[in-house]
Amino acid sequence: MAVAASEQEILEGLADIIDEIVGVNKDEVTPEKNFIDDLDIDSLSMVEIAVAAQDKFGVEIPDDELRNLKTVKDVINFVQNLQA
Amino acid sequence: MSTSQTNVVVTGLGATTPLGGDWPSTWSALLAGKSGVRRLDWEDIEDLPVRFAATLAVDPSEMLPKQQLRRLDRSQAIALISAREAWRDAGFAPRARSRKDDEPAEGDVVDGDRLGVVVSSGIGGLHTALSSYDVYKEKGWSRVSPFTVPMLMPNGSSGHVGIEFGAMAGSHAMVSACASSAEAVGYAIDMIRAGRADVVICGGTEACIHPLQMASFGSMRALSTRNEEPERASRPYDKNRDGFVLGEGSATMILESEEHARARGARIYGIAAGCGYSGDAHDIVQPDPTGSGQAKAMRRAMLDAGLEPADIAHVNAHATSTPLGDVAELASLKVALGTEAAAGLIVTATKSMTGHLLGGAGALESVITVVSLYEGVVPPTANLEDPDDEVDLDIVRGEPRKLPDGPLAALNNSFGFGGHNVSVAFRRA
Repeated sequence: MAVAASEQEILEGLADIIDEIVGVNKDEVTPEKNFIDDLDIDSLSMVEIAVAAQDKFGVEIPDDELRNLKTVKDVINFVQNLQA
Repeated sequence: MSTSQTNVVVTGLGATTPLGGDWPSTWSALLAGKSGVRRLDWEDIEDLPVRFAATLAVDPSEMLPKQQLRRLDRSQAIALISAREAWRDAGFAPRARSRKDDEPAEGDVVDGDRLGVVVSSGIGGLHTALSSYDVYKEKGWSRVSPFTVPMLMPNGSSGHVGIEFGAMAGSHAMVSACASSAEAVGYAIDMIRAGRADVVICGGTEACIHPLQMASFGSMRALSTRNEEPERASRPYDKNRDGFVLGEGSATMILESEEHARARGARIYGIAAGCGYSGDAHDIVQPDPTGSGQAKAMRRAMLDAGLEPADIAHVNAHATSTPLGDVAELASLKVALGTEAAAGLIVTATKSMTGHLLGGAGALESVITVVSLYEGVVPPTANLEDPDDEVDLDIVRGEPRKLPDGPLAALNNSFGFGGHNVSVAFRRA
């Protein structure tokens, strides 16, 4: 991505990915949501989402970082930090 | 025709086949003698000796949500579709009652600890295996789906069906090539008889119509090459048969102890009376030419079911339309039942219409066999125009044949590469 995305753009991009991969309605993807507890996303689906997010936002998400990304906000912060 | 064992009854049916997206449409096409074999218009098969197959009549991707499809091989998607149909047909609530799921639902509820699942595939997720390797080569390992292993493993369908309905008594998947899902039915009968389950979802699935598979069977010279008239290519017992036709599909039966079925007032299609097995111990692909292995499986099925040769009115033959196999099976029928009882048999070969579903064949043909008894009518063998000189039994051709009234029984034969012989016996309830 040539221009760093805003928080809102990352949220919307992530919501698209989650909708596509696990079928969670986009409106339900809000920053405070926990992937496992709130969105019912299992670990293999998380790997798929991370791969799609890497492609979409042009960042690398190493496996040990992925384990720390518990909420939607965690992913937004991670992507913004790498893009900054 | 009596047995001291627990009676196992058939209470639900489902099928997704080249002839229809569900069991009723499949059955009416069978009675009409229709063919499910189609020309393939794929670009990469121009050089193949065979360019047709019995592909599904419906697109499974229109029957499941796309997020679910991402995690299912085609063989698993159709297993789930046919299992759902059979489950509904049996009158059950959407899911077994389990530890997590106690709310009341429409339909009869099974105890999840008493519900088993046995869904077989001969090959498993071939499409997934091959397309995942393409992804690996083009995009690297990290783009290979994390669901690749569960999608390609041949027990994946059993796992998915078990999860969907909450089956916790046991989840199994026999793998014995083209006998796989007949063995699944046999194993399901045993689970109920042994008291390990009250209800078992059993069946089989296969979806491996792929250029590699067609090249592999083609190089064995096992497939018909009648490219100019595909719908006439599968022709068991006909003088001009030249090999089998690759098919895809899934079929499911709900088996239940008679006591459990009667207590809930379930409709009973028939009795899954027993199963017989043998190993040829002869060759990895050729059947024992004496037919003695196949005859042993049939005799053992009758013994297991408490049936005499005279009780058997009908046989759904394995009969794939290969030059040698079809008539060898007729010979082994005579060995198994004796010449006199064999002469009275009404034999049909439904692969003439469905193609050969490989690991799904035994389940689909079990469904056809039990419904033939239930409805009292046997579908014809299509394309049987000029019977082989060695055909000396009564093969149904042209029109469907009515079965006599009364307490009849039937056998469904399935034989697989590796020398796996399975015969399942059914009788009227």
